[in-house]
Amino acid sequence: MNLTVPLTIALSKGRIFEQTLPLLAHAGITPLDDPETSRKLILDTSHPLVKFVIIRASDVPTYVQYGAADVGVAGKDVLLEHGGEGLYEPLDLNIARCRLMVAGRPQTPDPGPRRLRIATKYVHSAERYFAAKGQQVEIIKLYGSMELAPLVGLADLIVDLVESGNTLKANGLVPLEQIADISSRLVVNKAAWKMKHEAVTALLACLREAVANR
Amino acid sequence: MSPINEERWLLPAGIEEVLPPEARIVEALRRELLDLYATWGYELVIPPFIDYLDSLLTGTGQDLDLQTFKLTDQLTGRLLGVRADMTPQVARMDAHHLRRAAPTRLCYLGTVLHTRPDGFAGTRSPLQIGAEIYGHAGIESDTEILRLVLLTLRTAGIAETYLDLGHVGIYRGLARQAGLDATQEHALFDALQRKAIPEIEALVADFGLSGAPAAMLVALAELNGSDALERAAPVLAAADQPVREALDYLRRLADALNHDLPEVSIHYDLAELRGYHYKTGVVFAAFVPGWGLEVARGGRYDDIGRVFGRARPAVGFSTDIKGLLQHSQGLDARYQQPGAILAPASPDPALHAMIETLRATGRRVLQALPGAACDPHELGCVEQLVADAGQWVVRPLAASV
Repeated sequence: MNLTVPLTIALSKGRIFEQTLPLLAHAGITPLDDPETSRKLILDTSHPLVKFVIIRASDVPTYVQYGAADVGVAGKDVLLEHGGEGLYEPLDLNIARCRLMVAGRPQTPDPGPRRLRIATKYVHSAERYFAAKGQQVEIIKLYGSMELAPLVGLADLIVDLVESGNTLKANGLVPLEQIADISSRLVVNKAAWKMKHEAVTALLACLREAVANR
Repeated sequence: MSPINEERWLLPAGIEEVLPPEARIVEALRRELLDLYATWGYELVIPPFIDYLDSLLTGTGQDLDLQTFKLTDQLTGRLLGVRADMTPQVARMDAHHLRRAAPTRLCYLGTVLHTRPDGFAGTRSPLQIGAEIYGHAGIESDTEILRLVLLTLRTAGIAETYLDLGHVGIYRGLARQAGLDATQEHALFDALQRKAIPEIEALVADFGLSGAPAAMLVALAELNGSDALERAAPVLAAADQPVREALDYLRRLADALNHDLPEVSIHYDLAELRGYHYKTGVVFAAFVPGWGLEVARGGRYDDIGRVFGRARPAVGFSTDIKGLLQHSQGLDARYQQPGAILAPASPDPALHAMIETLRATGRRVLQALPGAACDPHELGCVEQLVADAGQWVVRPLAASV
């Protein structure tokens, strides 16, 4: 890929990083360091003008929105929570696929006149989903291990990402309702789209080809 | 912990004080811009800081409901709003009070208040400055406003600017041609603003659209870049008359801009629809390198005066002076003040006459306050008034020790 301007790409460690690399390799971009072993937060790549910044998944939209990175890869779950304002999300990379689901114990006890309590990291998505169903619920924001909440009586149901369902099963929970299909998207800063238009659209074209060929 | 002490100096989020010397630069730039607009024939108007909410939220204001601070008027019980944007107020002045037959050029400047910071460590009290032309529809008034935008940015010390140009008539026309209802139009609009192509495809399929109307709506998200207008012609060939007219208008505007402003980079984006709900024609925004948000914005809103009794064509722009200063260069040097003169504390009428003469020529003269020890250099003084043979004369101040 021919670039004339520098590009910064925001990625999060783990599954998204691993599954994005083959797509970026198609565009001739490979990192010179492994983020799992390196402590560097800015990684040089095989392309002299391209850098990776390694950040938390939920921070990717923020970095890209404000132009600290030109483009990034973010899960649709994160984008739904962030709202996607100030960002373009032109390409579904079809990686890190999973589902955002309501889960609970096989027989969720009837809460009676009390509102259902929902434990989740995805507060906005959960609120929107239950509001659309016309159901008044109480949302409890947690940062992890949502599966625990119904077991200890903290919540009736949880809203969480489900990939294989094994964690749910191991904790005696079952998936109940699907809220959305989740996969990772390429997100682009609005100003970068305009001012680095050729570079960004060239990268977009390369990635689109890589996704189609996979 | 003494929370009371901390709270006394703490400012609300997004509300800032401007200290010297920045305040002087803000003020100097404010004057220079208003003088500039005056030389173009724009008359200054001063809209009120608070207003009845109803009139603030008409026309352009509908998008501003959440952004407007509200309070109750104790005299009438009606809701008042603190202006979040001065455009509706200026439109009211043109439509209701001025009612001129000729095209009217107005400019305005003042603090507006937002309930939420927009953007990045954003302010909630921008110093809004803007200009509007009422009573002319056409390329000429659009280009005049765009030239004024670029001149404003250049005056503010911003060298490199990108202009982003679109036209709301294109999406509006395509949505009508496809027969979308208001809910569908809004859902697709939302996906278009994010260029979320997978979602756009899903929505278009969901609406049961196919053939040319579907293909054109999907293609819209990709019609951007400096060559977008050329690419749009074949893609939108099957569009209805209003869409083709909008595209043709944009093309003629592009020709005029290439002629008038050959040095400016222009990016076309047929899916970028800032203020879609009240804009009626061209929409634009200016960007600077390395900043994810627009620094100036505007467009055409021909119906804005209707609720105030008179719909006539309107085009304008606005920007935030304090926001511009974050990207400007060279203003310190341009607005540099000459050093001040220190005058001794003395009741001598001749000294007072001399001070007045100097001040009349624009020099800064600081008279010493007896009993307050101070270093004249700290006050910015480079010269002093001394008595020499019965005459008060200006002499260089001895170098600081």
